[in-house]
Amino acid sequence: MSEIKFTIDGKPCVAKPGQTIVEAAKDNGIYIPVLCHYEGLKPVGSCRICTVRVAGRYMAACTQPVQEGLAVENAAPDLEDLRKALVEMIFVEGNHFCPACEKSGNCELQALGYRYRLTVPRFPYLWPGRELDAAAPLIMLERNRCIQCLRCVRAVKAKDGRKVFAAVGRGPRTTIEADRKLTAKLSEEEARKAMDICPVGAILKKETGFAVPIGRRKYDHVPIGDDVEKGAGR
Amino acid sequence: MKHENDVIARHPKDPAALLDVLRDVQALSGCVSDEAVARIASHLKLSEAEVRGAATFYHFFSLTPRGTSTVYLNDSVTSRMKGRTAVARAFEEAAGCRFGEISPDGRIGLFPTSCIGMNDQEPSAIVDGVVFTALTPEKAGAIVRGLQAGTPAAGLVERFGDGANQSELVRAMVANNIRKRGPVLFGTHEPGAAVRKAVSMAPEQVIDEIKRSGLLGRGGAGFPTGLKWEFCRREKAAEHFVVCNADEGEPGTFKDRVVLTELPRLLFEGMAVAGYAVGARRGILYLRAEYAYLRAHLEAALAALREEGLLGKRIAGSKDFDFDIVVKSGAGAYICGEESALLESAEGKRGEPRDRPPFPVSSGYLNLPTTVNNVETLATAARILAQGAAWFKAMGTVQSAGTKLLSVSGDCERPGVYEVEYGLTVAELLDMAGGANAKAVQVGGPSGNCVSPAGFGRKVCFGDLATGGSVIVFGPDRDLFEIVGNFMDFFVEESCGWCVPCRAGNVLLRKKFEKVARGQGTEGDLRDLEAWGKIVKAASRCGLGQTSPNPILTTMKNFPELYEASVRKGEDFVPEFDLAAAIQDGCTAANRQPLCKESLHE
Repeated sequence: MSEIKFTIDGKPCVAKPGQTIVEAAKDNGIYIPVLCHYEGLKPVGSCRICTVRVAGRYMAACTQPVQEGLAVENAAPDLEDLRKALVEMIFVEGNHFCPACEKSGNCELQALGYRYRLTVPRFPYLWPGRELDAAAPLIMLERNRCIQCLRCVRAVKAKDGRKVFAAVGRGPRTTIEADRKLTAKLSEEEARKAMDICPVGAILKKETGFAVPIGRRKYDHVPIGDDVEKGAGR
Repeated sequence: MKHENDVIARHPKDPAALLDVLRDVQALSGCVSDEAVARIASHLKLSEAEVRGAATFYHFFSLTPRGTSTVYLNDSVTSRMKGRTAVARAFEEAAGCRFGEISPDGRIGLFPTSCIGMNDQEPSAIVDGVVFTALTPEKAGAIVRGLQAGTPAAGLVERFGDGANQSELVRAMVANNIRKRGPVLFGTHEPGAAVRKAVSMAPEQVIDEIKRSGLLGRGGAGFPTGLKWEFCRREKAAEHFVVCNADEGEPGTFKDRVVLTELPRLLFEGMAVAGYAVGARRGILYLRAEYAYLRAHLEAALAALREEGLLGKRIAGSKDFDFDIVVKSGAGAYICGEESALLESAEGKRGEPRDRPPFPVSSGYLNLPTTVNNVETLATAARILAQGAAWFKAMGTVQSAGTKLLSVSGDCERPGVYEVEYGLTVAELLDMAGGANAKAVQVGGPSGNCVSPAGFGRKVCFGDLATGGSVIVFGPDRDLFEIVGNFMDFFVEESCGWCVPCRAGNVLLRKKFEKVARGQGTEGDLRDLEAWGKIVKAASRCGLGQTSPNPILTTMKNFPELYEASVRKGEDFVPEFDLAAAIQDGCTAANRQPLCKESLHE
């Protein structure tokens, strides 16, 4: 199949047919930050952090297929500020206390916070009351940290296709629910997968905590996006 | 609970039946209990979490009891302007519970709800599916007492409205309030003329006729209808669909209600024309839950059309054009007016918008090519076919051809539906409706534009003041901050919660706006409102979040003096937290006086 030519911030790029802007950017050594997307899952455009601009129109780069001649604006200062604002919104709409979180150092939200040099969010904290669900034998759902990226909803399914996690409620009251009956049947491996796929510390495997000590975790030494950006320089 | 089992078992074992099952269970039991969730999940092969997900998305479903009888009192800004507060109090006193609760004996539940499409006859409420309009505190009390005495809600309606509202199948006290009959929708139409004309042409010619008429989508977005049909027709697929969007939820709009009441046959003709044009054999009318009282009337109109050969097999004398229509009901969610969310809901799921591309024209209902058109658009298309594109194009403005139905409400003498040519100015409309002394006019509902008198010369048309039809008039004594606050509450309530900027951003905008409205704002807060509003608009996934900051942004633009007067000039920082008020509250709770009262009010 023929390659698609497009540009990101003026840099000529090529994409395979059907690729989204996020995927194609990665192949071209350009990191477009994104939280809700996970390779292999259908993108849903829920976090909007990958928002880019094409001909004055804003769009989520994780859901938008590349088209011939697309001129994508990615690193414009106002876009970077918009992304920072979205990261801040996620922080203030939940209750995120990094130092006490099992996921610290492996957390993609925390890593993006560092990337955007987040100190104090411009928005007031909303301090929502959120329930922790520890009913399942192998996992717990710590909703204070949930960012509703819908990764678990998309990825974790029973053998007959039923969803183990589902969004309930609407608007600001939307939360993720772990199905009582189906989570009771999760295997060790499925529970591990559920925890690993969660970008934050909302889904945690019970009983095994801090197996890798803080300080030696994924983003402790290599900032998020570096693999893509530095990989291109080599 | 055998009965609930029966209700569930009646439905096919298909996840697409989820909303229909939930509706039946809610109607039977007044809630969707944990047991019901388990039964539904096992019947439809869904997880219980998925069932709960759909049940909690829609306003008219509930996991907890809503009472033997349930009152849903409209919470739109017009309802408030017309005396909602006193009516709500009367409901509460008679029922013995507050809004959001059910009475101690479980007989009456009181709940607020977003605009129910009765803005021309507020305050209004839906009680057990029956619409009550122009409520007064006395009427509210009488309704509750009647329900307590065991009278069904339908038996408490004292008089019916005009036209088809009086018919045996509707029997609603709703008034049509048709104030101006224009030549397109209210012109004389020979029944069946549009379909007969269509089937005598090639589908491409039908599309061409609509394209030449310049018809733009009447729901508000204004996409060219002919082009939409052409895109849909071009798609190769096993089947194509026509979906009519009868989910007008923008606060203040009710014109589709009148079309559905008085012109259902014209609408269905329009759907058949669309079906012929795009190559569909099936159409779906997605009817908002608030208009469920019209369902039997609509079904009867469909039956009559089948009888007359205008629906069904080889319709209108054609050789091979089969077309039929089914009605699907919503369950209370503004977002389902967004076409892709509507399709999700029609498939029995949470009404969350889809990512586009793919657009519904290529992947819509059941992922098949689908044209989703507004009620007014389809009815108008039928008239265009019957009368010709040139006839239509001669009306309105160059860019906005034809006429538009406007739903006018608020502080005016003659609220109701007006069919006007595009290009009419706000001032002319105010003149017609008797709202001469308006201090502001909300054109296009909360997601539209709040126009000040300086803008009354502006025209209602695409390119200037585009509107899906909602026009709300605010008189000289109205508090615009209160109105903006109500609109922001609406968007927070109706956001689907999928994407961050809409889910969190609207809450943050509302919070910041309230600070300013309370008189605790600084000039910096105004800059924040503008900047945050831009972020929410730019980053949101669908039209809801892309327009939800408009109540704040358009009033800031058109009424800057209001905001300037409200903020504390020269102060860099005013805390949101009011220490004096908090201490006062604390002391009241502790039943003592503040120790140094003077210092609190310096």
